Amino acid sequence: MIEISGLAKRFEVENPKKLSEQEKKDPRLKGRYFQSVRDVSFTCEQGQVLGLLGPNGAGKTTTLRMLSTALKPDSGKVLIGGEDVLANPNIARKKIGFLSSSTGLYGRLSGRENISYFGELHGIAKDVINARIEEMADLLDMQSFLDRRAENFSSGMKQKVSIARAVIHEPALVVLDEPTTGLDIMATSTVMEFIQRLKDKGTPVIFSTHHLDEVQTLCDKVTVINQGETVFNDTLSAFSDLSGGQMHKSFLKTLSMDSEEMSNVVNL
Amino acid sequence: MWLIFKKEFKELLRDKKTIIFMIGLPLLLFPAIFGVAFFFMSSAADKAENKVLKYAIVGEAYAPAIVQSFNDAADKFEPIAIGDEQDYAKLIKNETLDFVLVIPETFNSDVLQSGQHKIQLYLNDAGLNKVMGRVSEIIDEYSDAFQQAAFAQLNLNEAQQAAILKPIEIEKQNVADDREVWGERLGGMLPYFIFILCLQGAMAPAADLGAGEKERGTLETLLISPMDRHKLVLGKFITIAMAGIITALITVSSMAIWGLVLSQGMAVEFVVKIMSMIGLVDFLLIFLMLVPVVAVFAAILLSLSIYARSFKEAQSYMGSLIMVVIFPVIIAMMPGVELKGGWVWVPLTNVALAMKELFKGTMDYFALFGIFTSTAVIAAGLIMFCIHWFNKEKVLFR
Repeated sequence: MIEISGLAKRFEVENPKKLSEQEKKDPRLKGRYFQSVRDVSFTCEQGQVLGLLGPNGAGKTTTLRMLSTALKPDSGKVLIGGEDVLANPNIARKKIGFLSSSTGLYGRLSGRENISYFGELHGIAKDVINARIEEMADLLDMQSFLDRRAENFSSGMKQKVSIARAVIHEPALVVLDEPTTGLDIMATSTVMEFIQRLKDKGTPVIFSTHHLDEVQTLCDKVTVINQGETVFNDTLSAFSDLSGGQMHKSFLKTLSMDSEEMSNVVNL
Repeated sequence: MWLIFKKEFKELLRDKKTIIFMIGLPLLLFPAIFGVAFFFMSSAADKAENKVLKYAIVGEAYAPAIVQSFNDAADKFEPIAIGDEQDYAKLIKNETLDFVLVIPETFNSDVLQSGQHKIQLYLNDAGLNKVMGRVSEIIDEYSDAFQQAAFAQLNLNEAQQAAILKPIEIEKQNVADDREVWGERLGGMLPYFIFILCLQGAMAPAADLGAGEKERGTLETLLISPMDRHKLVLGKFITIAMAGIITALITVSSMAIWGLVLSQGMAVEFVVKIMSMIGLVDFLLIFLMLVPVVAVFAAILLSLSIYARSFKEAQSYMGSLIMVVIFPVIIAMMPGVELKGGWVWVPLTNVALAMKELFKGTMDYFALFGIFTSTAVIAAGLIMFCIHWFNKEKVLFR
């Protein structure tokens, strides 16, 4: 069970004069600070897949970074299985597997070394790591390239190794930040299968995306963030019911529900 | 911490670029440069020594003995007839001749009567040549003979001869031994080389370990691993420091070894003597002092690197760091700056000065305390800053 409530985060703006006209219009800009995330709350039960939607710059990445403890929120609470992430980041880190489309690998290490390095960082015994790598190598079909240097990998190979790396410590929660952005069709389907497998195993997954078809296939719950605030948080069926089953219309509708911000969205 | 060090170091050793800079360059390039320079210099000198010089003597009739001597050395000198040509410069410039010797008509062997003779030697002295030396070799024979004849004629004993040649002579009594003399010259340059090399060697890995991690997108995953931030920093820090020290060690020993090899047969005894005069303890102290210095470098490099958004940005920050490092070393090379008083506490300068003192063998070992404390305090402070820096979101997610 993952509970996130009232999450907020602001960043200092280095040079307010450099901001574009459009950025200056954003209501989240307050003086020298930009309130990237203002109030985000959602929950995710065991075995559920939660899709995080929102336009670019809505605060999805910041939210997921706070969830994965890379960033410290200014206020709000993150509980994973009752454990307070903010009070105990190192314990929480052991429970979270994180992957984004921009995460890379160490090019001069082989695929196997990349995975086992992160296993060792998590304090897992070597033989356990090796056994898990073998298991995942068969599962993800990585045997042919696992011992080659990662710098020569194709994007699909990289993504497979990254997936294995993210779950080597068997996390209680997997957080994925736009995991399919920039990937080809083959690599995308690898990621989708991986999420499905986690779901079958009962591991909760929270992932952000721009692809509504991914949401439709995989998600149990949908959360929409707009301008740093949760504007929709319910089940997938409730989401599609918003506009009679048409996902795109539902998404646009959640954004316009926030009537105050409506004009800004249309301007974009 | 050691896990991170182990992994970073493994990665470092697999990087061709780093290996070239860290080991290949100092090990092969320096001796290659020295070797090539040495080869060209010695072959040029050889050529100048053995080249057959084309010459003309004006006023041959006044000194037949000298002319005869030149003729006898036919394997080294080749006479060219120039007739009545007066423009010697033109002849030499268009390479018809290497030199022209003009003997005055007053030339004779009785110098007591005629006074000093002036023989003019026309040559192009711009490039490397041995014309003057080779001509004097022949002329000096006559000069000495004339001198002896004059002394004999005046009936002077040897003491009187010496007194007339140089009535008063200053005899230098140097109280500094060889080591101090050479230590002052070499010891000033040594820290300059070592500092720059340490920095150079640590730079490439530092850029890779901070900014490189950002650029490849591995930093975020590393930050959310359950590894304490300070262990992360220390692991990276030790890797960078090690790279710096290894580079410096390899370079210095390669210089020493190749220096010995190349100087074989030349000044080998001299080099060995200098080396043997500097005790093992002093070498060890030089190395020990390097440790906090490298720590300072590594901490600064890592801080710069993690601040940078990209590899390129990191490298441009680090490039300017070299200037900052050179400055205190230059101060140490300036005359009048000694390892005394306030200078003991000036970072980098004090280490540079101490290296010189150790080389010279005039080290005030109590000063080591000040040097170690000040450098270690600065290094510790910088590492703390680095850890603090690694906890700032503004730096990590720029």
